[in-house]
Amino acid sequence: MGIKSKLIVIIITSISLVQACSKFEPITPAEDEILDGPVEGLSFGQNRQFLAGDVAFNGEVFTSQTGLGSVFVATSCVSCHAGDGKGTPFTTLTRFGQIDSTGNQFLHLGGPQLQNRALPGFTPEQIPAGATFSKFTPPANTGLGFIELVSDEDILAMSDPIDANNDGISGVPNYAYLPTFVQPFQNAIPQNGKYIHRFGKKASAYNLLHQTVNAYNQDIGITSTFNPKDVYSGNNIDPEVSDLTVHNVVFYLQTLKAPIQRNRNDAEVQQGKNIFTQIKCASCHIPSLKTGFSSVESLSYKTFFPYTDLLLHDMGNSLDDGYTEGSAKTFEWRTPPLWGLGLSPNSQGGQYFLMHDGRAKSIEEAIMLHGGEGLQSKNNFALLSQSEKNALIKFLKSL
Amino acid sequence: MKISIPFLLLAFCFSINANAQIDPLLLKVEPKDTTQKSLNMDAVYNRPFITVGKLPVSLGGYVEVNWQHLGTDGVSDGHQFQFRRMTLFVASTISKRIKFLSEIEFEPAEKEIAIEFAAIDMEFHPLINLRSGIILNPIGAFNQNHDGPKWEFTDRPISATQMLPATWSNAGFGLYGKHYNKNWMFGYELYLSGGFDNSIIDNQQNKTYLPASKQNPERFEEIASGIPLFTGKIALRHSKIAEIGLSYMGGVYNKWQDDGIVIDEKRRLDVFAIDFNTTIPKSNTFITAEWAWVAVDVPNKYTEQYGSEQMGGFIDIVQPILKRNIFGWKDAVINIAFRTEYVDWNVGKFTSSNTNIGEDVWSIMPAISFRPNSLTVLRLNYRYLQQTDILGNIPSKTGGFSFGISSYF
Ligand code: HEC
Ligand code: HEC
Repeated sequence: MGIKSKLIVIIITSISLVQACSKFEPITPAEDEILDGPVEGLSFGQNRQFLAGDVAFNGEVFTSQTGLGSVFVATSCVSCHAGDGKGTPFTTLTRFGQIDSTGNQFLHLGGPQLQNRALPGFTPEQIPAGATFSKFTPPANTGLGFIELVSDEDILAMSDPIDANNDGISGVPNYAYLPTFVQPFQNAIPQNGKYIHRFGKKASAYNLLHQTVNAYNQDIGITSTFNPKDVYSGNNIDPEVSDLTVHNVVFYLQTLKAPIQRNRNDAEVQQGKNIFTQIKCASCHIPSLKTGFSSVESLSYKTFFPYTDLLLHDMGNSLDDGYTEGSAKTFEWRTPPLWGLGLSPNSQGGQYFLMHDGRAKSIEEAIMLHGGEGLQSKNNFALLSQSEKNALIKFLKSL
Repeated sequence: MKISIPFLLLAFCFSINANAQIDPLLLKVEPKDTTQKSLNMDAVYNRPFITVGKLPVSLGGYVEVNWQHLGTDGVSDGHQFQFRRMTLFVASTISKRIKFLSEIEFEPAEKEIAIEFAAIDMEFHPLINLRSGIILNPIGAFNQNHDGPKWEFTDRPISATQMLPATWSNAGFGLYGKHYNKNWMFGYELYLSGGFDNSIIDNQQNKTYLPASKQNPERFEEIASGIPLFTGKIALRHSKIAEIGLSYMGGVYNKWQDDGIVIDEKRRLDVFAIDFNTTIPKSNTFITAEWAWVAVDVPNKYTEQYGSEQMGGFIDIVQPILKRNIFGWKDAVINIAFRTEYVDWNVGKFTSSNTNIGEDVWSIMPAISFRPNSLTVLRLNYRYLQQTDILGNIPSKTGGFSFGISSYF
């Protein structure tokens, strides 16, 4: 072959390589292997708002120039919620100063949240003497739009404060006053001016706006018109994030898809699911809930599978840190959704950090830490044969 | 240093017009074989220039244009055309041993016109030259030897541009010199210049990022710390074996006092680099490599998001496979090449869990290049890159092709 024809061969091969470029690019992970991405069926306009929220949540890093701190815990939402999944010890935050429903006694000393990091030249907060504290590892952010739309009526139907059905499991909502910037849901069922809160480990955030505004303020030291109080000085200062951005982030959280179950039809997974119900895990980790009306079609009147009752349960002494929020007791924790559990290691550096402070390094360890209302379930689990345990864990990992 | 874009464009159009009046036969290109043997530190002068008649000023420059199609985990922005940069050189010999050289870079995507280099060199003795102006800090080799047409790849190395902040230039003064002895060549450079600021640990990248200081144009007027950045390099070359360079750059980077009032502790940054290049005689294989370590004093009450140690480098292997008349270009060359690169942005372990801090990237890039002459290169690259986040989660994978042309003019 002459040099010219060789060259022409090279050029033609190159062009055809280039033509087929996407074939040579890394493939998309399967939809059920990742947590991020919007719910199906958003309109173009909704997709745009989702993307704007995505950029703020996953792209915006705060610096001293844009308002970070002066004391803070992390520099962006994505620092703690990588891939919208759970966090690690590095992103775990500390809250202190409240022991009962009379409120936080250490607000004047930096409570409730410890801003344990500070810009160069500034001094971070320390836990004041005499304050009890608890550590919170970031939960996943998926499917929260569905959870936000569960009616108070449905939540109350799941609660059983006096254990009327005698199953050893009560479950109560967290009632608390609303901050001024939060509007109650139309179908809210308040009690003495207090409303049922549902987000967070102690269910102390009312809705996603409440959670987002707090996150900007307490986690990053970013003020907004909703909460203009600077965590460092205690003074009200100019907003450091716009209302528009806050609303976009809220919309992003509302329209993040729910985790998709994998291997749902696997025989062992199905066996595990049955065991899950038999040993009463499903009494708190309620498999399916339903949404009410939403102006976002994809969220409206849907049944979804979060494996939570959004209620607080007595989890026993060993999980009692002596710190609480709202009307929750120090030993009470909100049942965390179990959807997405199998994908947790993807955002936790290949490991598991489960329970409110990440102390459990495996699913089995997490189950064995259940006490109080969960004690019976835990004991049932301990009595399972190894193959039954394996099936249960395989089911949990499929979520 | 930013200058008003319209002004420069005007000046540029004017100079083109002015050239158009001149008989092109008067324009003499002095092609430099850019692959010729000299030290990396000679790169600023070792470029092709055009001289116009007897004018004491010579002109030159290069352009870099790319097409690329990259995808990350199945998501691609599709086809992209990128006009990376156009750079103009203006050099003049003021008197026999006083020279001036400047390099102005236009990067439309960055909306930036930057004076990358503009220095007067005075020779007192071959071993003692004074350089003053805007200088390229001699850290590693790439920073001084970064012209697009010299490389077989459409992208600059990650370690050289994002860890070491090529192109990194500052206002400053310094001494340099060279000594030859048969096959041996020795060179040194010692500069004091403007430098970094606190943005290297307080930036949108969410990681220790030396190039963040490039955003601060005030650095050409004012050193944030008030203390000059020292950069020093020694290089040794044996014409039949290789060139090796050792360089160091360091100083206090942060603004620790303002208006005479102390606002922070003084914090240092230290960078150490080693560079190497050689041409294997029989096969004509050209190998160039650079590795660097960065140590930044990050306050311990701040966040581990910003690493106090970084390291990384690259190695390029270029193998000519054909050198002959191609399409009428005498001595045209076809090369195959391969680049491997790696950066760990945050070396160390988390104090909270004693587990490894992720935040690293590696990439490989096979390439074919065609050089019709010594001034122009066409290159087709494939890149595969893996990037791990700070928590050490499953890396994101990027891959795709790029094609580009870069040429001196
Ligand atoms: C320092 C790490 C950190 C940062 C930064 C952070 N979060 Fe969180 N996030 C957490 C932790 C820890 C929780 C659990 C808090 C709780 O239980 O009260 C949480 C909870 C949440 C929840 C409630 C999830 C649920 O299931 O109830 C949402 C929504 C949320 N974060 C959104 C955000 C947004 C939006 C930002 C950025 C503005 C942000 N977070 C920044 C750590 C962080
Ligand atoms: C009484 C209600 C209750 C029962 C019954 C119960 N759980 Fe839980 N579960 C909780 C609460 C509350 C937590 C959170 C505790 C904490 O954060 O410290 C939790 C946490 C978990 C976690 C860790 C989730 C995470 O994201 O960190 C897993 C896994 C889990 N439960 C599985 C089970 C299984 C399996 C069973 C049945 C053996 C079970 N649970 C029974 C209430 C319950």
